[in-house]
Amino acid sequence: MFDDRYRLAFKAYPYERSGDQDQDRPVRHPVVVMGGGPIGVATALDLGRQGIPVVVLDDHEGVGMGSRAICFAKRCLEIADRYGCGEPMLKKGVVWNLGKVFHEDRKVFEFNLLPEEGHKYPAFINMQQPYFEQFMIDELRNLQARGAPIEIRGKNRVEHVDVRDDHVAIDILTPEGPYRIEADWLIGCDGANSPLRGMLGLDFTGRVFRDSFLIADIKMVNGNFPTERWFWFDPPFKSAGASTLLHKQPDDVWRVDFQIGWDVDRKEELKEENIRARLDAMLGPDVEYEMVWSSIYTFQCKRMDRFRAGRVIFAGDAAHQVSPFGARGANSGMQDVDNLGWKLGLVINGLAPDSLLDTYNDERIHGADENIRNSTRSTDFITPKSDISRIFRDAVLHLSERHAFARPMVNSGRLSVPCVYDGSPLNSADALDGPARTRPGSACPDAPLDDGFLLSRLGDDFVLLTIDAEAPDTLEEGGIVVRRVALSAKDDPTGQLAARYLGDAPSAVYLIRPDQHVAARRPGFDDNLIRQALRRAIGQEAQT
Amino acid sequence: MSELTLTPNIDGPDDFYEDLLAIHDGRTKEESDAINARLILVLANHIGDSAVLKAALSVAVK
Repeated sequence: MFDDRYRLAFKAYPYERSGDQDQDRPVRHPVVVMGGGPIGVATALDLGRQGIPVVVLDDHEGVGMGSRAICFAKRCLEIADRYGCGEPMLKKGVVWNLGKVFHEDRKVFEFNLLPEEGHKYPAFINMQQPYFEQFMIDELRNLQARGAPIEIRGKNRVEHVDVRDDHVAIDILTPEGPYRIEADWLIGCDGANSPLRGMLGLDFTGRVFRDSFLIADIKMVNGNFPTERWFWFDPPFKSAGASTLLHKQPDDVWRVDFQIGWDVDRKEELKEENIRARLDAMLGPDVEYEMVWSSIYTFQCKRMDRFRAGRVIFAGDAAHQVSPFGARGANSGMQDVDNLGWKLGLVINGLAPDSLLDTYNDERIHGADENIRNSTRSTDFITPKSDISRIFRDAVLHLSERHAFARPMVNSGRLSVPCVYDGSPLNSADALDGPARTRPGSACPDAPLDDGFLLSRLGDDFVLLTIDAEAPDTLEEGGIVVRRVALSAKDDPTGQLAARYLGDAPSAVYLIRPDQHVAARRPGFDDNLIRQALRRAIGQEAQT
Repeated sequence: MSELTLTPNIDGPDDFYEDLLAIHDGRTKEESDAINARLILVLANHIGDSAVLKAALSVAVK
């Protein structure tokens, strides 16, 4: 028997004996996922929807306590929507548009995010991580009920792995003792401290930030607190630390993050009276609240050198970790799964070469580096590392109070936007004089249609999107069926579809990957060139 | 895209130099550092062009 490492918000997959435990020889599975957090469950959803059997192993029996990742960005929600669980998230989450920035004792400016129209999902929602996980587990149960070959095994702790050329042997400990299974592919979604990474002796390198954050989730008793994001640089209230962030979550719960420095006595800081002293200083004496959850965390900006080690592939925090500024943790992990799922599916089904999985490494390292760069920039603005960087930081804040030009330089976190896979070997050269935001490598931006939204029409296959252009309704190449989605600019009377996909071009044909990234685009259909672009997008042909 | 101007371009260089020093009169080192930083940001925004700004940064460090 082994103990939980953390408390659960709720049980979701209690230990049950598996038939695999009673076999004489280890049972072989196509895919085993290590870790039942959001990224592991998303992996099971992606593959399960393709009919590929997946076993998820988790050393706990449910979802961990605490709000943790609370900001889920548009692309992350669009991916969840593709998996069938975006709508309950949107319904539960809090949307905010007004932010206020404070420096020391005064408000320097406020901003309205003025969201772009014509998307099913907002730029982001705030929501406690356990809800995010719950909605995905609910969908996993729905898929199972419809016969998808996926299972999640609680209290199954991976003790040892043996990586061979064509499979991985996995030793598991359960409350009823050990057993062994084998996997054609093992996906490591076991979090920032990834035991799997340790077992394989793989490096995780980058910058450690000598700082810690005290998080308090508080429920306002009779709060008329506005739905706004407040960020303080050098807050004036007693011992608040270098920065403080306040924003709203569902259920009248507010999240407060105090940046409290490196040399802190964790046990002392986490005493309720000490947390209340900080909160009271910030909120004033008249605000009544209950404590819901608190924690102290530290962060690093690190990544693995490679996200693939033969038959083992890493995703989410196990592969890369960033600072919390900009909400790039869970959001980028979901983009990892989005990228990996279809590639692994094609390789397992024999429709694409094994080398397609190396492009997961290429594209998501590109994404991880972008996230690390952005979150490091935010960190350097929030906690200047030298006298001169503090002088410039304070100058920006000072000027931002009266001059609009300085406000874009104020960096309290740049919100996660989808990574564009510029330069990916899967892209075909851009053959359309169209908008930059839909160039090959981009995630398709949503657009409103008469009867819904564009992304829902794309789904999760290869798609040929034609806008005022002719093309066959389906196209088959090497066992892959490409489905046409035929639209006209007139299908969106608001003009967003044309603005996002045509620009000045009168017509366009887009080849779109199952993860809804653009593989190729042209002004019209050309059978040879589209087939060539498809072969390239599945790693069968180098770009010429 | 314009190029960084490195030939004389200010009307009355002596007047400008005097004005530049005057804003630091009676200031502490800390205040002056803050003023200089703000001045750089204001001027950089006025220039805007990122190629010109990069060229100016590299001239400054030589």
